[in-house]
Amino acid sequence: MRRTFAWMVLAALLAASLAAGFLPGASYSKQHRELTNASPSFRFPLGTDDLGRDRLVRLLCATRISLLLAAAAALGALILAVIAGGTAGYLGGRFDRAMVRGIDLMLSLPWLFLLIAARALLPLNASPETSLVVTYFLLSLLGWAAPARVVRAGVRSFHGSDFVLQARAEGCRESRVLLRHILPNLQPVLAAQFWTSIPVFILAEANLGFLGLSASEPFPTWGNLLRELQSPLTVRPEAFAPVAAVALAVLCFKLVSPWGGSQV
Amino acid sequence: MNPRIGKLTYTPRTPCAAVTRVAALGLLFAAAALAQFGGELRFCLHGDPKTFDPLLAEDSNSEAVRYLTGGVLLRVNRVTQEFTPELATSWKVDQQGRRITFHLRHDVAFSDGAPFSAADVAYTMTRLMDPKLHSPVADPFRSSDDMPQIAVPSPDTVSITFGAPVSGLERLFDQVAILSARSPKAVLGPFAVADYKPGVEVLLSRNGNYWKKDASGRRLPYVDRIRLLIQENREIELVKFQRGEIDLINTLDPQDFERLSRQSPSSVADAGAGLESEMMWFNQAAKSPLPAYKKTWFASQPFRRAVSEAIHREDIARVVFKGHAKPSKGPISPANKFWFNSALQPHPYDLASALRRLEQAGFHRRDGVLYDRDGHAVEFSLATNAGNHSREQMAAMIQQDLEAIGIHVNLVTLDFPSLIERMTKTFQYEACLLGLTNLDLDPSGQMNVWLSSAANHQWNPSQPTPATAWEAEIDQLMRAQAGERSAARRKQLFDRVQQIVWEQEPFLYLVDKNSLMAFSPALHHTAPSSIQPQAYWNIDVMQKSTRLAGSR
Amino acid sequence: MTPAAMLVRIARQLRAVGITVLAGGLLTTALVRMSPGFDADERLLDARLDGRSQAAVRAEHSANGNVLRFYAQHLRGMLYGNLGVSPSLRQPIADLIVARLPVTAELMAIGVVGGWALALALALPAVLCRQRTASRIAGTVSTCMLCFPPAAMAVLVFSWGGPVRCIVALVLFPRLFDYFRNLLEDAYARPHIVTARAKGLPPARILLRHVLPACAPQFLALAGISVSMAFGAAIPVETLCGLPGIGQLAWKAAIARDLPVLVSLTMMITVVTQVCNAISDGSSRGAAA
Repeated sequence: MRRTFAWMVLAALLAASLAAGFLPGASYSKQHRELTNASPSFRFPLGTDDLGRDRLVRLLCATRISLLLAAAAALGALILAVIAGGTAGYLGGRFDRAMVRGIDLMLSLPWLFLLIAARALLPLNASPETSLVVTYFLLSLLGWAAPARVVRAGVRSFHGSDFVLQARAEGCRESRVLLRHILPNLQPVLAAQFWTSIPVFILAEANLGFLGLSASEPFPTWGNLLRELQSPLTVRPEAFAPVAAVALAVLCFKLVSPWGGSQV
Repeated sequence: MNPRIGKLTYTPRTPCAAVTRVAALGLLFAAAALAQFGGELRFCLHGDPKTFDPLLAEDSNSEAVRYLTGGVLLRVNRVTQEFTPELATSWKVDQQGRRITFHLRHDVAFSDGAPFSAADVAYTMTRLMDPKLHSPVADPFRSSDDMPQIAVPSPDTVSITFGAPVSGLERLFDQVAILSARSPKAVLGPFAVADYKPGVEVLLSRNGNYWKKDASGRRLPYVDRIRLLIQENREIELVKFQRGEIDLINTLDPQDFERLSRQSPSSVADAGAGLESEMMWFNQAAKSPLPAYKKTWFASQPFRRAVSEAIHREDIARVVFKGHAKPSKGPISPANKFWFNSALQPHPYDLASALRRLEQAGFHRRDGVLYDRDGHAVEFSLATNAGNHSREQMAAMIQQDLEAIGIHVNLVTLDFPSLIERMTKTFQYEACLLGLTNLDLDPSGQMNVWLSSAANHQWNPSQPTPATAWEAEIDQLMRAQAGERSAARRKQLFDRVQQIVWEQEPFLYLVDKNSLMAFSPALHHTAPSSIQPQAYWNIDVMQKSTRLAGSR
Repeated sequence: MTPAAMLVRIARQLRAVGITVLAGGLLTTALVRMSPGFDADERLLDARLDGRSQAAVRAEHSANGNVLRFYAQHLRGMLYGNLGVSPSLRQPIADLIVARLPVTAELMAIGVVGGWALALALALPAVLCRQRTASRIAGTVSTCMLCFPPAAMAVLVFSWGGPVRCIVALVLFPRLFDYFRNLLEDAYARPHIVTARAKGLPPARILLRHVLPACAPQFLALAGISVSMAFGAAIPVETLCGLPGIGQLAWKAAIARDLPVLVSLTMMITVVTQVCNAISDGSSRGAAA
């Protein structure tokens, strides 16, 4: 029942975000300058922002791209974490020690400068979509270190388990033991990491907007909509809609996904 | 003492309102009666001062501390913009602006009690003009490579002779805080630095030996201490003000002004047009790596004029600055009473005229897109610094405005160091949107902007020879006004510079921002100004009534 | 393990930490030096400065231009306890760090302890209650908090008169909650735990003697990275709330491309990260044994 409801919400969200681009008169960039910061109305159900742009249309357009990219980045980071942490925990010895040092280094370095350099390498006339894809790609490349440690700890804890010993005794290859026997037991950890990463990456995209990364105006993303909340005391309550939208999407995905189990 | 000078936000028009006004005046006198001497005044700095050496102050936070602690020979009054004597009772400029002689005030002492004399002025100027100092206070004095000759004919007279005439010499001394030749910590200003906690606050205590007295002979300043809280976040600064934890906000954002004025109209002040403006320009640097056809566009005066006419400045002033800005009329704000060319008017918003100019310049529109004569679609990137919300809004509005004439603008926000690198070193940008603050009222302070050979000639810096006839004319006019003694003649010359800039639009001046600030009702004798430090320029006469101060 | 073997192990660990710290410092120097805007200085936009002063400003930056030379000089200075002077803040770096460390340490300590306490306080009822309502509510609260920008949270908490120092805990707990809940659920589903519950063992005993030891390796790994997460959360909180800590210093130094400060901070953070992770690794090994 709950899963069905979640599917319906997600379908509605997806349909609305796709339709937003095709509705007559609906534009995420059109500025109604005589109606700035307008309260919700029939014409603008979520009101307008401080440039008079339709908040609802911007939110729906942002949903299209942000959700996809954030999920892809979270998946990418997770795969890297599994490769790095899994192999380190399983192989142990020098490789493990070297990988641990590498992970600690990844956690300590100021990767901000890599992101700034990436922005510099992009052509000035790069499309907002390109800029956004590059941003999430980099977040994915940089976001694996912390979960890799948790994966490594989990793999090490199963290393000497009975079922692993039995699998080896039966002649399983090491890679098969890792992939088919150990990693499935880490599903709770991997699921938690994936669902946590999506909103964390969206917020990171919002913060990176301060450095000129992320999509430029007027292209809406959840990140740059959330940046409006830097002044929470002066914005209208409708400006908090992206927080609700992100939370709703993540909650529904958790309900429908096999990784989320049946719980939120 | 007039408690409010400048544009008020409330004007009563009905008898009922008049009664209210009388009642308010009564309250004002009652409040003035409650004003006390002593107490602590608090406001925020938006960062740590980088230095407490007044000769090296170049960021706004260091300049704030210098203003509050430094004694100067003469001061530019922030309201009247006239020179007022301070440590010097009189001065004379002769030898065509090469020499200035000051007659100093008697019976003035430093904060440590040591007497002030011409030797201290000589010491200060010697230190200031040290070629290794590289100070923004010193460089405007450097009219030649020679060190100035400093003569001290008597303890209360000092004469400084420069190698070549210095244009607008007197006004430069407004920024020169006189140092003690004996003690580095002694000051001549109303306050002295008592404590500094990095990242937290700067505490200034009253200078008991300050030379100024009020009409009744009472030694100024009235307050005992100033606590400068270091707070970068404007929202938190606003919350502190609303709670009564700070007494004034020196620079208020327009949204915060509107919010405060709804809650407490008497706490906000709009002093009218300030010296800050917003502008954009196209990269015309010969060494820039832009394609040749884009360089051709940007170098075309009709193109720049057309872009200017397509930008809706009134909308920017209304939407971004909530009406607390006016469309710019040129490089000088109307706040600069003497130097502003009043004959200039803002470029009108006129799409038809913009399209006509473009057509005459060989551009044509097809399916809503503008093309040049070679068939290139007109598209350029507009770079600005990331993190500045109002500038990002302006850029988005300019983007929509130019779409109406078929120009596609890509907005690029960059972190400030990356933007500076592109502007000053690599020239890898197409158009740039930034703000400008004219710290100096005198146009000679802008020599490094208008001279084509200068590094700050942003659209095409460091030219070996002027690239255009109009830039050559500006060079000639700026040099002429710098060498001219007559203020009227200088004004005439600089008016012509403003006229040329208005016609050629190397900078597209967008809006002049108003000076907005907030004062606690506990403060008295406040006088909002359009020149920094706009809220506390007369801090030595400000008083605070502790009964209305709120919690401490 | 014999004392000699332990000493050898410790020496090896210290060597590994040292190499990592040195590598971290060098990589940071290279990253910052190669980043755009390194040579840029706001003073270049000041129209009052003449050509000579502008050249002097440029020369200041080029002094740190060579990566290896700068790094060697910096290391030499560090050996004598001199971290140099911050070019952007114009104060000795050692003084800056010493003055700001207590603020960040307090923020992170409250953040980690508070974040863990909140995450456990929500996760345990979510797992133990038979009805799924508690789990759903806890999950919804956690997800909503995860989506809320820390900057907005900081300003709202401040404006309501709340303790700004607790914001790191509010930022951290949703990042930990899902891990905790999933690990605890997995542990409680194990056959021996189900048996223990069926046999009526007290819940506290089950939790402390059976569940937590089963999850110990992952919890301890999370403890190690919690410190990194807390520091990551502290940077925007300190910057936005004006708390004069290491996070604010790191942000200011990054914006100003202040190489000496960034290298010193990175080396310090690398040491702290490795120490925390080494402790959590060691404890995890002990728990597994």
